[in-house]
Amino acid sequence: MSNDRDTGRGEAIGCPELVELVTAYLEGEMGEEEHVRFERHMAQCGDCGVYVEQMRVTIRTVGTLHPESIRPEARDRLLEVFRDWKRDTAGR
Amino acid sequence: MAEPSPAQAPERADESELVEALRAGDERVFTELIERYHASMVRVARFYVRDEAVAEEVAQEAWEGVLRAIDRFEGRSSLKTWIFRILTNTAKTRARREGRSVPMSSLGEPGEDEGPTIDPERFLESGGWASSPDRWWDAPESRTLDQEAREKVLETIETLPESQRTVITLRDVEGFDGQEVSEMLGVTDGNQRVLLHRARAKVREALEEYLGEDS
Repeated sequence: MSNDRDTGRGEAIGCPELVELVTAYLEGEMGEEEHVRFERHMAQCGDCGVYVEQMRVTIRTVGTLHPESIRPEARDRLLEVFRDWKRDTAGR
Repeated sequence: MAEPSPAQAPERADESELVEALRAGDERVFTELIERYHASMVRVARFYVRDEAVAEEVAQEAWEGVLRAIDRFEGRSSLKTWIFRILTNTAKTRARREGRSVPMSSLGEPGEDEGPTIDPERFLESGGWASSPDRWWDAPESRTLDQEAREKVLETIETLPESQRTVITLRDVEGFDGQEVSEMLGVTDGNQRVLLHRARAKVREALEEYLGEDS
């Protein structure tokens, strides 16, 4: 539970601050007080609410990407490795 | 209370069958695994050894280690986590042998890890937004997840500084959680979050630009 981003007791969060806190918020890495201040700001500020939702859509879109595939040379080399291993451990 | 990453699909379901098949020498299963993980393993290895060719060697060594140890895999973690742990250990050993300090002392390129993640011009002096961010999801055609948008996202990720690219890929594409990624890269949880934050902000900005183009 880190509070090194805590803005201090009772201090409200402004829009520029919210933008920099969005990842901590979405990760659930906020102290309770900060979390409350964050959500309070969002409730009162439609623009920030939209920003947070944009961030969610962004993350979702990144999540639809396929992991990079293996290059053919690497694949061939590793299949050699596999076949050697299989041969060496046969009948174990 | 953290929002789950959409990339975190349940992988443990039919894993024991997979592991058995691998033990029995099923080449198709091995091929699936290397196709799925090898490129990411090289990416993580690069964090430690910085040289592409050496990173490739490290990843290959890790696969050899996976095969040697597969009989001893107990399923206490997922197969993926176990594979990446072997990879990380192999990378650390190699980095030490080559005399590199582990973890890497500099995470990112100078200037890349500091400052606001959004242009300060977007805000008024009074602190509110100068112009409201758009509701992408209200667009007549849903353009946010279409193929072009995804390509834009991919392009953006590919031009990120390496440390940011590595973290966003491992977190949001591969679905590793924050703790796993900080362990794999030998950085603090806070560090990986900063990198993730900056990377996501750049991608959001690229999407905003793209979606604003024909409006």
